[in-house]
Amino acid sequence: MEPATIALIVLPLLIVQVGLMLFALYDLFQEDRRVKGDKIIWAIVIALVNIIGPLIYLFAGRDESRGAESAEGRSATAHGDSITTILATWPRLDATGEMAVATAGLTKRYGRIVALDHLDLTVPSGCIFGFLGPNGAGKTTTLRLLTGLAGATNGTGSVAGVPIGGTGGQLARHIGYLDQDPRFYGWMKGRELLTMVGELHGLRGYGLRQRVGEVLEIVGLSDAAGRRIGGYSGGMRQRLGIGQALINQPSVLFLDEPVSSLDPEGRRDVLGIISRLRGTATVFMSTHILNDVERVCDRVAILNLGHLVVEGPIDDLLERYAQPIYELEPEPNQPDGIGRLATLMRAQPWAREVRTEPDVVRVFVQDPKVAGPAMLPLLASCGVDLVRFERARPSLEDVFLRLVAESDLRIAPRLEIPVTGLDGRGRR
Amino acid sequence: MMGFGVLLRKEIREQIRTGRLVAVAAVFVLFGIIGPLTDRYMKDLIDAIGSQSGGFTIEVPGPSLAGSAGQILKNLSQFGIICALLLAMGSVAWEKDRGTAGLILTKPASRAAFLGAKLAAMALTLAVAVTLGCGLGYLYTALLYPAPFDGPGFVAMAVLLWWLLVIFAAITMLGSTVTRSAVAAAGIGLISLLVLGIVAALPVVGPFMPTSLGSIALDLCLARDPGSIVGPILFNVALVPALFTVTWLAFRRQEL
Repeated sequence: MEPATIALIVLPLLIVQVGLMLFALYDLFQEDRRVKGDKIIWAIVIALVNIIGPLIYLFAGRDESRGAESAEGRSATAHGDSITTILATWPRLDATGEMAVATAGLTKRYGRIVALDHLDLTVPSGCIFGFLGPNGAGKTTTLRLLTGLAGATNGTGSVAGVPIGGTGGQLARHIGYLDQDPRFYGWMKGRELLTMVGELHGLRGYGLRQRVGEVLEIVGLSDAAGRRIGGYSGGMRQRLGIGQALINQPSVLFLDEPVSSLDPEGRRDVLGIISRLRGTATVFMSTHILNDVERVCDRVAILNLGHLVVEGPIDDLLERYAQPIYELEPEPNQPDGIGRLATLMRAQPWAREVRTEPDVVRVFVQDPKVAGPAMLPLLASCGVDLVRFERARPSLEDVFLRLVAESDLRIAPRLEIPVTGLDGRGRR
Repeated sequence: MMGFGVLLRKEIREQIRTGRLVAVAAVFVLFGIIGPLTDRYMKDLIDAIGSQSGGFTIEVPGPSLAGSAGQILKNLSQFGIICALLLAMGSVAWEKDRGTAGLILTKPASRAAFLGAKLAAMALTLAVAVTLGCGLGYLYTALLYPAPFDGPGFVAMAVLLWWLLVIFAAITMLGSTVTRSAVAAAGIGLISLLVLGIVAALPVVGPFMPTSLGSIALDLCLARDPGSIVGPILFNVALVPALFTVTWLAFRRQEL
């Protein structure tokens, strides 16, 4: 064969083969590239398994849904005034007194397991609603039913006046939804994702560009809008998730555990955004971080083992269910004295519960007027030195723990199969 | 099909940005070139080896247009089906697993549009790849042989090859939707390839099987009489919408 013929045969084959391999290797060793398994193993597969290696890597080896591991590239959330200014131009919710969310007997079964049992719930329009419950309580199941991602076994419900059930219908125009662990297309840029979601909502041209710009400003991602989502930190992905949920100016915004995976700074940012949405959207937020709920929510519902335990404004619940508490902070290194004190107090008729925590003893009492004066002699008799002794403001956490414990006793014996440990899709 | 246009643009961008289009195109380019080269030089190569091996000879047919077309079709259909399986195996399963299906479908986008955009984007990717692979196959044949293929016949072959690959993409996408697992979906694609290949050998139903499209394509390319082809072609054309409908019916009620 002549050299020209050999070149004709060999060169194009070599170029394509080596080119594909180099392309795959370049992609593999990009700084923000996440892969399934080990990068070195993939490099070996790409280099050694002729043609098919690069193909398998490019089709199945990359993990495009997760963000970067580090928080590098955090961009600051927009100044509160700036967010407020933008939100002031958005339509306000009419004070019609209508319910943003209403369910009647909403039930979800996975086989014999009842994940949600006859939920009757109403959420007034315009409030920030905290949906609380321990893990496996049915919070995510409820959100999935309300957003149409799952179908109810029994019962009915409506969101913004639109009956729930199925995806892609009229309901989708009225809601925004942020998943518990939001995943996006890692190859997309932040701005592109918001633009795509805006287009799905029917926005076009200048209106779309303006809305995307506003939302990026609200969630503090204007500087990172041109970067691949695959390089975003967890906090940035969470804020992008809120952004995509806001793009259609929804009347009801569903947020599933919006801050549980964030660091304190990220939590502060996200809670800041949520609190500023008051009056613009009804926010329905599931969480088990009770301090956050007290900071931003107007009303709460507590769910346990698929049952609604209680629902109402936070102040009302505190008034109805919070027990007077005394907090005693002892000097360090007095375990014996604290033990004696706790035992003694538990025996008193005025003490409902005594909790000893590492730095504090919390005493729940029936009547503070009786308990306060009676406590001091007990302290003296046990010889416990105190740093602090005060009557504390009851917290939502106290109410939550008490009501959940009581409902455990009431509901658990009636369950055919325990629901604890199920995720929102009915999987263990 | 609410949201189809938006989702199709997203799918096409995904094929480009994730390098899938490039990878599939590269495979087709490679095997589009290899086909005519193998046919043209295989005999020379074997003869050269035979002359040095002390009398051991292997009979290889000489180069011909029929041989070149056969090589192009065989290479591109084999590796094309692998590419179709790889493209489609995670198309729905991964989106459901990652939660991105939920992200899209809580927006005003129908499930039919979600699936349709995926199938259309895969069909487009395969169309680009088949065009490149067959185009280079045609070019190399024209360079290496005295006369090129008959143009319309070669185009018909390329179109049938493309449709064969789309059918396997549709089968695998159905598997991806039903099983919720990309690996299981690829398995369904491979098993269907095996089963359809066996059924294609049966006398009455055989000609209607997608795998029989290859022999029709070869006959059309070489201007040979393929026999009755209207029925098999119409059946295979209808197969993709039918598979899509079954996929949609399975996906319609699925919880995400």
